[in-house]
Amino acid sequence: MTTMTSAALESQPAIAVRDLTVAYNDRPVIWDLDLDVPAGVLMAIVGPNGAGKTTLIKAMLDLVRPAAGQVEILGQPYRKSRDRVGYVPQRGSVDWDFPTNVLDVVQMGRYGALGWIRRPGNRERELALEALDKVSMGEFADRQISQLSGGQQQRVFLARALVQNADVYLMDEPFQGVDATTERAIITLLKELRSEGKTVVCVHHDLQTVPDYFDWVALLNIRKIASGPVSEVYNETNLRLTYGGRVAFLSRDAAAPATAQAAVEED
Amino acid sequence: MFPDFLTDIYSDYTIRNITLGAMVLGLVSGSLGTFAVLRRQSLLGDSISHAVLPGIILAFMLTGSRDPLILILGAAIVGWLATLSIMAIVNTTRIKQDASLALVLSVFFGFGMVLMTFVQRQPDAAAAGLQRFLFGQAAAIIWDDVRTMLLIGGAAMAVFLLFWKEFKLVVFDRAFAFSLGMPVRRFDVLLTTLLVIAIVIGLQTVGVILMSAMVVAPAAAARQWTDRLGLVTTLAGLFGALAGVTGALISAYAARMPTGPTIVLCLTAIVLFSLVLAPNRGILWAWVRQHRQSRELRSRVVLADLYWLSQQHAGDDSGHSIATLEAMSAGRVAVDHGLEDLEQAGLAERTDEETWTITERGREQAIRDLAEEEREGSDV
Amino acid sequence: MFDLSTAQMEIQLVAIVVAVACALVGVFLVLRQMAMMSDAITHSILPGIVVAFFIVQDLSSPFLIIGAAATGVLTVSLVELLERTRLVREDAAIGIVFPALFSIGVILIARFARGIHLDLDVVLLGEIAFVPFNRTEIFGIDLGPTALVMMSVILLINLIFILLFYKELKLATFDTGLAAALGFSPALIHYGLMSLVSVTAVGAFDAVGAILVVALIVGPPAIAYLLTDQLRLMLVYSAGIGVVVAVLGYWMARMLDASIAGSMASMVGIIFVVAYLLAPQRGLVASYLRRRRQRWEFAGIMLAIHLFNHEGLPSAEQENRVEHLQDHLNWNPDFADRAVRWAERNRIIVRRNSHLFLTEEGREQAREAIVR
Repeated sequence: MTTMTSAALESQPAIAVRDLTVAYNDRPVIWDLDLDVPAGVLMAIVGPNGAGKTTLIKAMLDLVRPAAGQVEILGQPYRKSRDRVGYVPQRGSVDWDFPTNVLDVVQMGRYGALGWIRRPGNRERELALEALDKVSMGEFADRQISQLSGGQQQRVFLARALVQNADVYLMDEPFQGVDATTERAIITLLKELRSEGKTVVCVHHDLQTVPDYFDWVALLNIRKIASGPVSEVYNETNLRLTYGGRVAFLSRDAAAPATAQAAVEED
Repeated sequence: MFPDFLTDIYSDYTIRNITLGAMVLGLVSGSLGTFAVLRRQSLLGDSISHAVLPGIILAFMLTGSRDPLILILGAAIVGWLATLSIMAIVNTTRIKQDASLALVLSVFFGFGMVLMTFVQRQPDAAAAGLQRFLFGQAAAIIWDDVRTMLLIGGAAMAVFLLFWKEFKLVVFDRAFAFSLGMPVRRFDVLLTTLLVIAIVIGLQTVGVILMSAMVVAPAAAARQWTDRLGLVTTLAGLFGALAGVTGALISAYAARMPTGPTIVLCLTAIVLFSLVLAPNRGILWAWVRQHRQSRELRSRVVLADLYWLSQQHAGDDSGHSIATLEAMSAGRVAVDHGLEDLEQAGLAERTDEETWTITERGREQAIRDLAEEEREGSDV
Repeated sequence: MFDLSTAQMEIQLVAIVVAVACALVGVFLVLRQMAMMSDAITHSILPGIVVAFFIVQDLSSPFLIIGAAATGVLTVSLVELLERTRLVREDAAIGIVFPALFSIGVILIARFARGIHLDLDVVLLGEIAFVPFNRTEIFGIDLGPTALVMMSVILLINLIFILLFYKELKLATFDTGLAAALGFSPALIHYGLMSLVSVTAVGAFDAVGAILVVALIVGPPAIAYLLTDQLRLMLVYSAGIGVVVAVLGYWMARMLDASIAGSMASMVGIIFVVAYLLAPQRGLVASYLRRRRQRWEFAGIMLAIHLFNHEGLPSAEQENRVEHLQDHLNWNPDFADRAVRWAERNRIIVRRNSHLFLTEEGREQAREAIVR
């Protein structure tokens, strides 16, 4: 069922998911999932709506309690490896009319390192500005967050994850609802992170761009359908298994319906 | 009268207590209320403030004391119970937030009324002292009350400031706060506790029925003036204090002006003022902005039409009639006002009573406008 | 004039009619998630009542009811107006509008209504005990207490509205978008409903007071919501619960010699707690028992899927050992033990020297569960 032959697996995986079952009120969202994410890959999690993609990310972050199984990040449970993990939640999960500015949001990425009660100071400010520059948002530091476009909001979230200075990044739909320029900027940045040896995992919707953007992929629909290098497992058979065979995905003629399908899944 | 009450504040013991009490109350409930409003819990405040009534009466019935500290403690405990009930109903049944709030509010308050009838049956005037918790009575504030408010409010504010950073993150982005390993649920509890405190602290001044307004309105007003959380919170405190002092003084000097309602009306005035006049967000400025934009758009449309006509009829200097221009814009814009604006800007000029022509500067402007539209069009 | 038992009957009758009238409109408020609107409306009709009272000098005049009800509708539109500026959210808008209107009412009473029969306590809590003393006569024939006549008319109006527009109300409640698309203006239905709530609240306040109106509008429908899934039944149950609340609440007040309105509100709370614990499908006890049963079913399936996923793989030797369940599934020994025994009992798995194997049936169940 699964092809995991790459040499990347020989070393310790960045994320190891073992027999994970997650249920909300005894309704299973993820069934007995095994997944290894090798260190240093840029991985997409794809699957239809309700496939458990966001739940998987949340389970990795200890945000939901699994009914069975466990997750280890960098060889340790999350609460011990927390300092080495950066998280980008879904953009829509926060209130963008909240009275605060861009710099302040980015500084929140340092709260974990700051610890209790201590306030962010000059060092945090500099780190935040640096991260903002990396996502080309340097001049927006004082901007109120409600005045940002969708793409700019996503960049701010990304900058916040950058100041966490993590080894593993978990991102929930970082490309959702962003403009083409931002999408290019984000993927460039993610590839940069990978080249620095960091591991990046993204929930992703646009099936078309998977081969261009990512080198590793996990296909998910309640249970794992397949995971591995994009070149090995990202094929029509697995996609049919994942999406129920309703749509033809990868053949060139069918490119349009595939995108349409992906677009529907987004909302 | 104006200088009168200013000197009274310094010299008159009662007036000083009233002013101080109302100020402390407004400051604390206003600033602590900010987070409640940001967490969309404005109506939770209303529910809690009604629901604490049985707490006050039970505290009195059990201890026989009217010490504000004891009554406030009773209120706080029951306020807490009410909040727990609301959360339990929302989390374990299909009943939604709104119905849970209304249910708990009315049932607890009704139970309070039942208790109240027991107290009222007692021969002494105990009930009279409790009755004021319905609508509040600033004139009855004594130094003890002020001290209690300062004590509880001060402690609440200290906690609030101490965990400022954590509160901010938990309210803004729960999931991220969880991922950093913050005890988010404990902060929820703490924030709700602060809300309960913000409410019970003002009960005897404003009363249970209107106290929620003291928590909601200052923050709603302050939010219009600034985009910074720290400033919103500070301003909310100041607005609360301002309304508290003004309302309490009016109620103390004017006959038959109940304190709670008077303070709430002062607050409402501040809210309305802020909604209309606050720079940037205020309705007035939004209206002015919109008006200016539509005026600009009107000029642009008329200028473009004039330019097109001048191209079509090159060499003809007699000008173009307003009727033609009106037909071109199909009644979408007021052509005559647009022409006047253009004339003032030197972009068009009158050739006759009813005819107009474009000036050289107008021609240049029209070409720039068209180029810009084209650029924007190609972006999309 | 009349003996006590007639008065008692009349008080209860008024309470019943009020409760049913409130419950009927309440069902739609609760389903449309606008229950707190009842709180806002009952508070903010106060200035309307006061002003209308100054004009007509009669608390039970139909003009007063209409005038005051208009304030209720005004509240709804003010809240919407504030919300539409997008400067404040709906909850804050409600929290600003009704205290302001209520304050105006209280101040009006304090300044101008001293000595007239318009007391704040009455407005908040009602005085249903006085209901029989105020009677309506037409051509010298006693029609009964005025409140009873008035509330009966309001109940009738509510009933007619709901029967006539049942389909539209249902549609607009569950799918506003579709209702609009089909040409039933959701705004019209919304304001129609809000007018009814206002009229009902004004009519009822004299008897039971503002706060009990909230309890009667929200309580019975919320309880009924725990008991049924059908709108039709929810309306019937709510009305029935309203009747029970009215009667039991009245007798509770008699026994304790306490506020009648307060007792009725407390009775709403008591019945709610009973339903919350004991409702056949959704009660706490029922769902606890269901959870407990499902827990083992769920654990059994989880186990089956786990074994199924590793069947035939080299890792199976490792994965199907009992100790492994504790290790990898993160189950505590006791739970793992009980889950295995449950699965064995239900012939999902068999155990051969501390290794677990799926039965044919278990395999089938696992396959079904994951393919869905």
